[in-house]
Amino acid sequence: MIPTQWFLILSAILFSIGVCGVLTRKNGITIFMSIELMVNAVNLTFIAYARQFDQLHGLIFVFFIMAIAAAEAAVGLAIFISMYHHKDSIDVDDANLMHW
Amino acid sequence: MLNNLWLIPIAPFVGFLINGFFGKRAGKTFVTAVAWLGSFAAAALGTLAAFEYAGQYHHGERHLNVIYNWFSSGNIGADIAFQLDPLSIVMLMVVTWVGFLIHVYSAGYMAHEEGYWRYFAYLNLFLAAMLILILGSSYLFMFVGWEGVGLCSYLLIGFYYDRDFAAAAGKKAFIVNRIGDFGFLIAMFLMFAYLGSVDFAQVSQRAMGSGIDGGLITAICLFLFLGAAGKSAQIPLYVWLPDAMAGPTPVSALIHAATMVTAGVYMVARTNVLYRLSPTAMAVVATVGALTALFAATIGVRQNDIKKVLAYSTVSQLGFMFIGVGVGAFSAGVFHLVTHAFFKACLFLGAGSVIHAMSGEQDIRKMGGLWKKIPITAWTFLIATIAIAGFPPFAGFFSKDEILASAFSTPYFPGLGKLIYVLGTIAALFTAFYMFRLFYLTFFGKFRGTHEQEHHLHESPATMTIPLIVLAALSAIGGLIGIPHVFGHNWLAEWLHPIIPPLPGVHDLHIPANVEWAVMIVSTLVAAIGLFAAMRLYRDRGVAADEAFERRSPGLARTLENKYYVDEIYGRTVVTPLEVGSRFLWKVVDSVIDGIAAMLGFFVRGFGDLLRFFQTGNVRNYALMFFIGVVVFMWVLR
Repeated sequence: MIPTQWFLILSAILFSIGVCGVLTRKNGITIFMSIELMVNAVNLTFIAYARQFDQLHGLIFVFFIMAIAAAEAAVGLAIFISMYHHKDSIDVDDANLMHW
Repeated sequence: MLNNLWLIPIAPFVGFLINGFFGKRAGKTFVTAVAWLGSFAAAALGTLAAFEYAGQYHHGERHLNVIYNWFSSGNIGADIAFQLDPLSIVMLMVVTWVGFLIHVYSAGYMAHEEGYWRYFAYLNLFLAAMLILILGSSYLFMFVGWEGVGLCSYLLIGFYYDRDFAAAAGKKAFIVNRIGDFGFLIAMFLMFAYLGSVDFAQVSQRAMGSGIDGGLITAICLFLFLGAAGKSAQIPLYVWLPDAMAGPTPVSALIHAATMVTAGVYMVARTNVLYRLSPTAMAVVATVGALTALFAATIGVRQNDIKKVLAYSTVSQLGFMFIGVGVGAFSAGVFHLVTHAFFKACLFLGAGSVIHAMSGEQDIRKMGGLWKKIPITAWTFLIATIAIAGFPPFAGFFSKDEILASAFSTPYFPGLGKLIYVLGTIAALFTAFYMFRLFYLTFFGKFRGTHEQEHHLHESPATMTIPLIVLAALSAIGGLIGIPHVFGHNWLAEWLHPIIPPLPGVHDLHIPANVEWAVMIVSTLVAAIGLFAAMRLYRDRGVAADEAFERRSPGLARTLENKYYVDEIYGRTVVTPLEVGSRFLWKVVDSVIDGIAAMLGFFVRGFGDLLRFFQTGNVRNYALMFFIGVVVFMWVLR
């Protein structure tokens, strides 16, 4: 069996890639995808532990997270569409009205 | 009625509310009806209460009507309570009936004025406050009325608020009265602290008890007298009263002659037990009274505004009342208060009638020869003048003589008493002189006004002349309520006797018959001298006599004309330093304090200015902050 540490390392790598994507990308959709990456890295952690301890809690959490991620995607996409209507762009640097 | 004494002040107060809220839209007839009804109801209910009182109490006991407990804390407290005793009844009768007459008069006098409703609303409010003042059963409740009449005085002096001097005069009256009220308050604090009560009867009783320090009594009396000096216009706080003439003339008659300004005399008479326990305080009261009487009388000689002459005369007469209560003749002081209310109200209303006839002119140098033109006013004015000058058997004669004879034979400070008698007699001489000067300049000689004024000369309407006639009649015969003992029965003194309880070790005033005769003869002579001097000087020569005096001693004439420059001296020594001090506080001290406060604000704003640069509006920046925050958080939790 593959040791749990490997899953955790993979999860950490995926999460870090997600963070880097969120911090460096301008395109809203890309940022969104990066966030999904982070969410799924966490999912992976849950599943890895669920398998190690042979318990259902982690799996149930994953289902919840997937449902929330789907809802979040719907809301997020709606925001970006709306933003595109106003700004002709989904570049998050253009959405900077609230600043000094 | 006796158990519903609150109805008496409430009646005019309801009038005030109705006129105050609806008077502007309602017509003049409605306003007049409400105001007359309010004051008449007070007078009628007051009279009813007085008769009921006389039927129930035969020895002048106090009737107490507690409405409810105002506050009580520990062993001190005060009630909202009204009382009736011989002194309150005398005041009640004078205030309500003279007040009613002046309400009637005002309807004629103010008929063409703007703000007719406002005037009557204030006048009713004044009456309500004055009734609380005289019916209240404790110093504290009395103080409510005391402040109320002060407020109404302010409002009515400044009735013509669009004229600068009227607004300033109102303010002056209010501020000068504050100084007196400060004394009143301190006196009440002392009573609370050391006597444990402010109820009239309890204060008197506890002051009589053993173990009360004489110095404390003197302090209470002197602080109370400071309050009285403010309200009753005595040296050094008299300066507001002459300026108060800026108000409508009936107001001068009601508030600044007959009722409110006598509140101080009433208070001292009410506190007679404490005063008699402290001869020092009495000596102060009597001396201040005598000095004020003389001082104001000399100023009156050189005033040319008809109302100013009467104003100084009022100050002077109030001085006489304080001589009375100061030398221990409390009933004489109150007696003079009553007769003064009659003749001075008559004089002021007469002056109002003259001003009315002269189309608003107040300078007696521009009058003259009005005797034939306005006969009713002239006759009533003459009667009141004779009364104030002190010719027997008019009202002023009896009251002034009782005061002077009491001063002469006071047991409290015999030497000083004689001196006060002399000062008072000189003041009486001046009184007769300036009053007849006023009379002759106004009613005799040639008319000195403009043609237009002469054309408009007319006698006043009946609403004005009837009160004049009533008051003139009272000025003529009002003195009979207190004729000297040598003639018989001094009804007023006997009526007021119960409020002056005997004190162990304190000799009460007794006037020997020969003193009484001597004083009466001297007073009559003095009045006659004043009359003849004024007649010789002013009957035929008119203003020329004043001009001759001015040529002969210009310095003295100017000093008197400028009222001894007291206003100027106060201006230099009190008002200007105060203003400079306030300006210093405002411009310098305040800007330092403001600077410190502003500096705090400045720091906060600067800090905020720095922080706001974090608010970039850039989503990825926020995300970075968020990330760093999480990392730091994890690091800490590690």
